[in-house]
Amino acid sequence: MPSTPSALPPAWVRAWESAGMLLVLAALFLGCSLLVDNFLSVANLRGLALAVATIGMVACSMMFCLAAGDFDLSVGSTVAFAGVLGATVMNATGSVSAGVSAALASGAVIGLVNGVFVARLGINALITTLASMQIVRGLGFIVSDGRAVGIRTDGFFALGNTAWLGVPVPVWLTAACFCVFGVLLNLTLFGRNALAIGGNKEAAHLAGVPVVRIKVVIFTLQGVIAALAGLVLAARMTSGQPNTSQGLELEVISACVLGGVSLSGGVARIGAVIAGVLIMGLVQNAMNLLNIPPFYQYVARGCILLGAVMLDRLKRRV
Amino acid sequence: MTCALGFDALTMEFPGVRALDAVSFGVRSGSVHALMGENGAGKSTLLKILSGAYRPTAGTLRLGAASRLFASTAEALAAGVAVIYQELHLVPDMTVAENLLLGRYPRRLGFLDRAALRREAQRLLQLVGETISPDTRLGRLSLAQRQMVEIAKALGRGARMVAFDEPTSSLSAKETRRLFEIIRDLRDRGTAILYVTHRMDEVYELCDAATVLRDGRHVVTHETLAQVTRDALVSSMVGRELTNIYHYRPRPQAPGGLEVRDIVGPGLRAPVSFQVARGEVVGFFGLVGAGRTELMRLICGATAPTAGDVRVRGATIRGGSPRAAIQEGLVFCPEDRKKEGIIGIRSVAENINLSARRTHLRASLFLNLSWERANAANQIARLGVRTASAETLIGLLSGGNQQKAILARWLSEDVRVLVLDEPTRGIDIGAKSEIYALIHDLAAAGASVVIVSSELPEVLGIADRILVMREGGVAAEFSRAEATPETVMRAALPAGTSP
Repeated sequence: MPSTPSALPPAWVRAWESAGMLLVLAALFLGCSLLVDNFLSVANLRGLALAVATIGMVACSMMFCLAAGDFDLSVGSTVAFAGVLGATVMNATGSVSAGVSAALASGAVIGLVNGVFVARLGINALITTLASMQIVRGLGFIVSDGRAVGIRTDGFFALGNTAWLGVPVPVWLTAACFCVFGVLLNLTLFGRNALAIGGNKEAAHLAGVPVVRIKVVIFTLQGVIAALAGLVLAARMTSGQPNTSQGLELEVISACVLGGVSLSGGVARIGAVIAGVLIMGLVQNAMNLLNIPPFYQYVARGCILLGAVMLDRLKRRV
Repeated sequence: MTCALGFDALTMEFPGVRALDAVSFGVRSGSVHALMGENGAGKSTLLKILSGAYRPTAGTLRLGAASRLFASTAEALAAGVAVIYQELHLVPDMTVAENLLLGRYPRRLGFLDRAALRREAQRLLQLVGETISPDTRLGRLSLAQRQMVEIAKALGRGARMVAFDEPTSSLSAKETRRLFEIIRDLRDRGTAILYVTHRMDEVYELCDAATVLRDGRHVVTHETLAQVTRDALVSSMVGRELTNIYHYRPRPQAPGGLEVRDIVGPGLRAPVSFQVARGEVVGFFGLVGAGRTELMRLICGATAPTAGDVRVRGATIRGGSPRAAIQEGLVFCPEDRKKEGIIGIRSVAENINLSARRTHLRASLFLNLSWERANAANQIARLGVRTASAETLIGLLSGGNQQKAILARWLSEDVRVLVLDEPTRGIDIGAKSEIYALIHDLAAAGASVVIVSSELPEVLGIADRILVMREGGVAAEFSRAEATPETVMRAALPAGTSP
């Protein structure tokens, strides 16, 4: 079948592409406010924001991965590993900064290794990160001996459980990630180059874009952000849990795609990612409030992912 | 007169652009009908309507007496209409037979009937006079053979109406002759053939009738070409008389432009050395497979050379890195625009600024958005890129306008050496002329230009000096004064063949 690059999409399609998901989000929010008891309470909204904090942070760097035409399945494992490692180092040294540094450095190394395999050695990102997902998960179990590592350094919990201006710190961190990565994507050479690579790797290479370096940086960033998310999660749970965040990678990718990041690369918008993350969180939150059993929630999440992929297809057709 | 296929007041509107404006003409069965026009004249749009990829805003197709439109390629094929595009739609990892019968495999008791598949494939290949085995993996065939497979595939579906979109643009002279034989054979068996081309020679050699489009409008249809001169056809295409499309004037030259020394790498049989002065245009001519593209890729760092070096104004370039080459002002316009040139899903502006912003951004952490906008607007105006806006996706432009945008990418910075690989392939004569003028101006401003081309008139027309490649090495060198079509062609042919 010939692919049919059509002419300029009609105005409503362009409007839908740029703001459609924000409209869906607004509609969902309004619907939940009216129909779901307790939804609008401060406690619930704070809980909702906290619940999407992890996905939100990781979605920022995943957006870059997807924009450049790759993806990273190892983020869930990295979140768990960073939490466990951070907890272990903190317990051993009694120093918060040592634990945090160790966790972030481990994330950077995991990302760097992913990046080198994918960009330098040209191994498929699916295979590479599928492998590192299992390796890193395994390392988390090895470091913790398969058990949760309770954290004894109280100062660390501030990262997860304090609030500033009434908003919890993890939410501030997530918002900061959105800002930083939004600026990176839209206003820097790095962002444009990432999109160019995702759009046509060969053309970008011939045009002088340092393809390998940029991809390695993207994966490394992805590892660091996942580690940061892991630390925040550990602080909230007051322990490093080797079992946590299984399947997080898929939720993150779902959120990005839902927001309109193209799986084939070259198209990404931070506003859309934010919308995607919030829609996922909102649906989950509403289902909890409505006492929908978790088993059904899985089904609902899967349906949302399918819907998102359909939207992605639709977008490429128009 | 029986028209197998008619176009009846076809109009196609895109926002801001009317690609076709009430175009009507007919193609008789048993004739080859040329469709000509500049880039953006509406030829591709017309073909896409024919194949069912686009639905026109108004108007219809006529098949015999019936008027109809197709909703998909499958529907068009079912009605006996096949369009053979420049980019072929075949699966490289499958065998020839599987490709030929894709989607309609013979079955027995629900299982694939391999024997019948082979038999039927063999029969189809014979129709186009191909001797390749149906079990060959498609990816191993030459471009010309793949084209034959595509034609056989169309015939296998009973196509009574075949449209070709510049089928010879990547074929050698010999392959082109084969293709023409097959097209004539199809014609003699009563098929109606629509043949889109830019090449004048082909029109006179192959076609019985011709239609010219310009800016989406039907200009003229010649039912016979006997009384029509070349100049008349060309001027009806461009709407003006083209006297000297090459714009050649002698330019001052200065030493120290590009220097290639004993370069060796994949695709080359022998080390290659040559120099291009500042202000000089050097043409590389050769048959397909002579190693021209491979050589250019080595020079520009797209492929890493195994030995030798490349210098731009005295500075040696690190091999295997286009980035290093660009930093020395050596830029490369690749042959395959779609695969290696444009980033189709990004805007014209972004494609133009892709390389240039590197140098203009060093001072700041952030993009200089106003510089980018201004640069894109300037380049679009300077090169006459026809686009609805700078924010239009580049993939939606016509080939010539994409090529101009790629050139604009390089002209946004200081170009010292410009390497062009088939820069005018698939581009109409008007856009060609503009690109030649640009090459001339760049050289006059002191750039060294290397241009690879399979079109002899083009090489002879614009180059100061011509290097001929044959079988992976440089076989001959001619000054502009020495070069004639015969001498250059003779040098390009492998030993033991006569032209």
